[in-house]
Amino acid sequence: MEAAVHMETHRDKKGKMHPKQFALMLMIIGMVMLFAGLTSAFIVRKAEGNWFNFELPAQFVASTVAVVVSSATMILAFYHAKRDNIKITQISLAVTFLAGLSFVLFQYEGFMDLAGRGIYFSPDNGSEGGMVSGSFIIALVALHLLHLVGGLVFVAIVFIKSLLLKVHKKNTLSISMCNTYWHFVGILWMYLYLFLYFAPQL
Amino acid sequence: MSNDHGHHKETFISKYIFSMDHKMISKQFLITGIIMGVIGVAMSILFRLQLAWPDSSFPILEWLFGEKWAPEGRLDSGFYMGLVTIHGTIMVFYVLTAGLSGTFSNLLIPLQVGARDMASPFMNMLSYWFFFLSSVVLMSSMFVETGPASGGWTVYPPLSALEKAMPGSGLGMTLWLTAIILFIVSALLGGINYIATVLNMRTKGMSMNRLPLTIWAFLLTAILGLLSFPVLLGGGLLLMFDRLAGTSFYLSDIFLGGGVGALEQTGGSPILFQHLFWFLGHPEVYIIIMPALGITSEVIAVNARKPIFGYTAMIISLMGISVLSFLVWGHHMFITGMNPLLGTVFLIMTLIIAVPSAVKTFNYLATLWRGSIRFTNGMMFAIGLVSLFITGGLTGLFLGNAALDITLHDTYFVVAHFHLVMGSSAIMGMMAGIYHWYPRMFGRMMNKTLGYIHFWLTFVSAYLVFFPMHFQGLAGVPRRYYSFNILPEFAPWLDVNVFITLAAILGGVAQIIFLYNFFSSIFVGEKSVQNPWEANTLEWTAPVEHIHGNWEGEIPTVYRWPYDYSRPDADSDFIPQNVPDTGSSEEVYVSPTKPDTSDAKEVEEKDNVMLFALIKNWFGLGRA
Repeated sequence: MEAAVHMETHRDKKGKMHPKQFALMLMIIGMVMLFAGLTSAFIVRKAEGNWFNFELPAQFVASTVAVVVSSATMILAFYHAKRDNIKITQISLAVTFLAGLSFVLFQYEGFMDLAGRGIYFSPDNGSEGGMVSGSFIIALVALHLLHLVGGLVFVAIVFIKSLLLKVHKKNTLSISMCNTYWHFVGILWMYLYLFLYFAPQL
Repeated sequence: MSNDHGHHKETFISKYIFSMDHKMISKQFLITGIIMGVIGVAMSILFRLQLAWPDSSFPILEWLFGEKWAPEGRLDSGFYMGLVTIHGTIMVFYVLTAGLSGTFSNLLIPLQVGARDMASPFMNMLSYWFFFLSSVVLMSSMFVETGPASGGWTVYPPLSALEKAMPGSGLGMTLWLTAIILFIVSALLGGINYIATVLNMRTKGMSMNRLPLTIWAFLLTAILGLLSFPVLLGGGLLLMFDRLAGTSFYLSDIFLGGGVGALEQTGGSPILFQHLFWFLGHPEVYIIIMPALGITSEVIAVNARKPIFGYTAMIISLMGISVLSFLVWGHHMFITGMNPLLGTVFLIMTLIIAVPSAVKTFNYLATLWRGSIRFTNGMMFAIGLVSLFITGGLTGLFLGNAALDITLHDTYFVVAHFHLVMGSSAIMGMMAGIYHWYPRMFGRMMNKTLGYIHFWLTFVSAYLVFFPMHFQGLAGVPRRYYSFNILPEFAPWLDVNVFITLAAILGGVAQIIFLYNFFSSIFVGEKSVQNPWEANTLEWTAPVEHIHGNWEGEIPTVYRWPYDYSRPDADSDFIPQNVPDTGSSEEVYVSPTKPDTSDAKEVEEKDNVMLFALIKNWFGLGRA
C-alpha cells in the first residue's frame, strides 16, 4: 500500500473507484439484502392474517427530518473537503453528527411512545402489544438504529480526522466512504419509514 | 499496493497467526477446514455404527462421549440427533463453504488475477478469525450439559426456537446460532474482499474475458454469498430473539406438557423461518459446488492439454446457475402446504437449473474428448467430480418434481441425492484443488501413489455409501431416525445399513491416507519445480518460495486467455498467459470472447466496462 496509507483519494486519476470504497458498496448490498429479507418476512407473516395494525409514533417523523438534515450537511462536508475548505468541512461534520444524535434520541422517544401504547418487543400476556406486528416493527427499526449508530461512530472518526487536518482534497477516501454510508442509512430509514407507514394497506 | 511488505521483518505471530498474506490465510482456512472435516466425517461414522448395529454395544462410544451420551456403549437417541445435526453443519458450512471457497478463493484470486494481495488484507485476516471463532463456538456446544443442537442442520422452529422443547434446544442451540452468525460475518468479509479484488485489482491485460474459470466461479460464488447470507442472518436474528427475548416470530399455538400448558408466545409462523432459511439454503448449495466446478474446469483443461470446451458457455452457465439459485428455494418446502401454483413455479425453475448444469458436464466431457490426458491425482479427482455430479444431479430431477417430492421428502433418497451432487462431488473438487495446487501452497509435491489409493477408495466408497440409499428412500425409509428395529417394515434394510456403514468406514480410512500424505509431504515431499503441471495461469509464474506481494518486481502483464494448450502453431503445448503474442496470423484456438487484439493496453481500454464488453462479445456485437 503506497504511501498512501495516510493519503488516499476515493477515486484515482483515471476516475476508478478505490477498492475500499468499492468494498463498502458491496457491504451495503449485503445490508440491503438483510433488510429486504426482513421486510419480505414482514409481508409474508402479515399475509397470514391475525395481524395488528397501529400508527407509527409521531417522533419517527422528527427522526426522518433529522436524517434528511444530516444527509444535507454530509453532502456539504464532502463537497468542501474536495475543495480544501477545511473549516466548513469541520462544521458540517459536527452538524451531521449532532443531527444523527438527535435521530437516535427521537427514535428512543418513539420506542417510549410505543411502550406507552402497550406495544412491546416481546409479548405481554395477550395485550394488543403482544402481537407479532409490534415485534417486527421494533426489530426493523432497532436494527436500522444499530446501523445508524455505526455510522455515527464513523462520522465521529472522520470529524476527529478533519480536526487533525487529515481530511482534504488529497485525502478524501475516509470522508467519501463516510458520505456513502451515511446516505445509505438515511435512505434505508426513508425506505423503512415509508414501508411501515404504508404496511397496513399492503 | 506495492510489495514493500516483503521487506518488513515478520514475527512468528504476524507470519503464521495473525497473517494478512492471502497465501497464509488460505492455508489457515484449509488446515482448519481439514480439522473440521475430520471431526465431521468421524461423527458420521459414529452415528452410522448405530444405524448398522442398533442393539450392539461399542465401548469406544462410551469412551468418547461418556456414560451420559453413550450409556453402555450405545448412543443416546438425543445425542445421535446432535451428531447428525453437527455433522451436517460442519460439512456444509465449515468444510465445504469455508474450507473450500475460503482456501481456494484466498489462494488463487490474487495469484490468478495478478494482484499483490486482496483488496483489504486486514478484512481477509478478520474473515479467517471470525471463522475460527465460529468453529470454536460450534464445537464448544458438544461439551454443554444439555448437548449440542439436535434439530437437524436446518434448525427448523419450534425445536430450535423453544428452549424447553428438548435437551438439544437448550444452550447447544444458542451456541449453534451464535456460531452461524459469526460464520456469516466471516463469509461476508471474505466474499466482499473476493469481489472487490477480482473487479478492481486485475493486472494489466487481464480483462474479464481472460479470467480463468476458477476466478469466474469464485466471483459468482462470492456474489451469491453476499446476496444470500444476510437473509439467513436476518432469519437467525429473529430466531435468537424468539429464544432469548421472548418474541414469537416463529412460535404459535404451542402446548407444552408436564403441567406447563399453552405457550404465551403466539402469533408467529414456523414456515416463515423455512422461507428465510432456504433463501440462503439453496444458493448455499451452489456456494458449495461452484468453486468445485471452477477448480475442475481448470484442472481438466490443464491435464487434458486442451483448451476448455465452451469457455463462454461455462461462464453463462455459472451466471445462469447463480440467478436461478435464488428462484428455487421453495422446492425444499413442497410439503408445507404451499399454493400448488407457486409450487409449480418452483418446480419449473428447479428443472431449468438442470440446463446450465448439464452444459457444464457436457463441456467437461468435450474437453476430455481426444485430449492428451495426464492422469494426475488432481485430474482423477476432477473426473470423479464430473461422475458424482452427474449421478447426483439426475436424482435432482426426481426431487425437483413436486408430486414425486411429496413421497420422497425426508427419506434416504434425499440424503443420497445431496450427498452425491453437492457433498461428495464438492469434496472431489476440493481434493482436486488440493492435489493440483499443493505445490503452489507448500513448494512440494504430494505422493502420487498414495494419492491414487486415496482417490480410488474415496470414489468407490462414495458410491457404495450413497447409491444404496436411493433404494432405501424409494422404499420409504425416513432420514434422521435413530433406530429402525422396532419398525418391521424397514427390517429388510438393516443389512443394507450394515453394508453402507462398512463402506463409510472404508471411506474414512481413505481419508487417513490423505491426511498422512498431506502433512508428511509438507516436510518430506519432493520439491516442486516452478510450474509442475505446465499450466498457463499466472500463479505458476510466481516464485516457489512465498513472498509477501507475490511477485518480485513488476506484476506480469497478461496477453492471452488461460487455455492456450496444444496450439498447432506453437512449439510448446502450453503458452502461459504472460507470454506476448508473437503476431501469428493464424489463430487456431481462441476464446470466443477474446477481442481481436494482442496489445494488452488496448484490451484494457476496450474492456473498461468489463461486463458490457463481455456481453457485447457474446452476442457478436463487437465483431463488425
